[in-house]
Amino acid sequence: MAFETYGTLAPDRGNAVFVCHALTGDAHAAGHHGDPTRPGWWDTLIGPGKPVDTDRFFVVCANLLGGCQGTTGPSSIDPATGEVYGLDFPLLAMADFVTVHRALLDHLGIDRLVAAIGGSLGGMQVLQWAVDAPEQLQSAVVVAASSRLTAQNIAFSAVARSAIMRDRDFQGGRYPGTGRSPDVGLAVARMMAHITYVSEEALAAKFDRRLQDAEQPRYGFDVDFAVESYLDHQGRVFLDRFDALSYLYLSRVMDYFDPFADPAAAARVAAGGTRFLCLSFDSDWRFGTAHTRAMVSHLERARVPTTLREIRSPWGHDSFLLDVPAYHDTVRAFLGRAGDACGVPR
Amino acid sequence: MRPDLDLVASWIAPGSRVLDLGCGDGALLAHLTAKRQCTGTGVEIDESALLQAVRSGVPVWAVDVDSELHLFGDDSYDVVVLSQTLQQTRRPDEVLQHLARIAPLSILAVPNFAYWRHRAVLALRGRMPMSPELPYPWYRTPNIHLSTLPDIEDLLAATGLVVQRRVPLDVEHRAQPGMRAANLLAAGAVYLVQRAQVTCA
Repeated sequence: MAFETYGTLAPDRGNAVFVCHALTGDAHAAGHHGDPTRPGWWDTLIGPGKPVDTDRFFVVCANLLGGCQGTTGPSSIDPATGEVYGLDFPLLAMADFVTVHRALLDHLGIDRLVAAIGGSLGGMQVLQWAVDAPEQLQSAVVVAASSRLTAQNIAFSAVARSAIMRDRDFQGGRYPGTGRSPDVGLAVARMMAHITYVSEEALAAKFDRRLQDAEQPRYGFDVDFAVESYLDHQGRVFLDRFDALSYLYLSRVMDYFDPFADPAAAARVAAGGTRFLCLSFDSDWRFGTAHTRAMVSHLERARVPTTLREIRSPWGHDSFLLDVPAYHDTVRAFLGRAGDACGVPR
Repeated sequence: MRPDLDLVASWIAPGSRVLDLGCGDGALLAHLTAKRQCTGTGVEIDESALLQAVRSGVPVWAVDVDSELHLFGDDSYDVVVLSQTLQQTRRPDEVLQHLARIAPLSILAVPNFAYWRHRAVLALRGRMPMSPELPYPWYRTPNIHLSTLPDIEDLLAATGLVVQRRVPLDVEHRAQPGMRAANLLAAGAVYLVQRAQVTCA
């Protein structure tokens, strides 16, 4: 298991905040490893004086079980056979991620968190955590997430997985070590998913119909528009940092996630006392405000103290990774209070 | 806390679940939570007020009282508070219908446009009144549906909300329970209203 920490753990171990990463994230959430141009994926939010203030909180972020950035996943070697797990790796559920996160906390000697925080798939882990062990979370921050994917959400993931599994080089999931991997499928999956992470407005603002390195259209099937070149690049760089098997396993967890199918789930959260902050972005068409409201309605009916806010932002789902002032101010206010409630010195 | 909120708080039974529409910085809910073991939710869309409410630990929904009260379920609260907010809504009648649906009891604090100073400004100067109670010029006031106390009481009755208590407020928002001729002398009033019992024949 790979993890990073930021800030200093208080002598009473009472100032910890756990960061749950999204589908293609990793443990490197904040700061940099020597190269300031390569900050962590949530460096806008986490750091000294930032909304997740590392001058005050001890922040932990772990790579997900099933991932490919240091924690055991389907491309790891199965010690029982000496071979790569491939598709023999067990299917994962959201609760498995939480079990591993909690085992890490045991390892670090931390009983209770000031908060768990995450966006997208990260927010879903936070919700699952509150359902499984609410007494461990004073607060939960869930950003741009969902408690139940819609058919459209599942459809997008289905196309992405199909692109990977139909790639000839996928080889039934036995590709690690063969020198060939389903790069075309993984890149196409990423290109398509990326479109769903940004709004139409954001793409228009960034690219409009501009041509790539040309004054006149070339009228052909090669990359001609700037947006095509951008997506092509996104697909390509993704191959350097992500694994196709991990993509299958992690994305599938979201499809089956439905914590409130258990009618007692919300009442357990209420009894455990976890307080929620649930945020959405108005231009997000992946897990937009309707998703957040559906989740909050379960919590509110069970009398879980819940703050709900839709943030205006033109950037779509990816807004949760960006420096959107109203979003950051809300997280800062909420975590500031959570820290006070846990007796963490300012 | 504003003096009229003290009065509101005194009408709320300990342990109640309270929905405070237009909760501002959350002072009322923070007080009720700390002193009267209440739980609840505030609704506020003003950026700095809602951040203050979040900072003081009050659960807040940044939703629009005008269009989004359907998000709250029938009988999901014991009391709804609507303090100095009704006059700022687009359709006060529809807001009151939501109140009657969401909780059996509601508490309303409203300004009184028939307050004598307002009448005097209108009658003698022929101008729209401005006062500590209504501090905005007519063209940028958030108070778009001003009413008198009998106007409010007519609408409450038409909505099936029965007035249990009414306390006139002076211009400082202080309770004046003994005040006579309230529609002339009160700058506002606080009402405790109860949903009319539906009886089946």
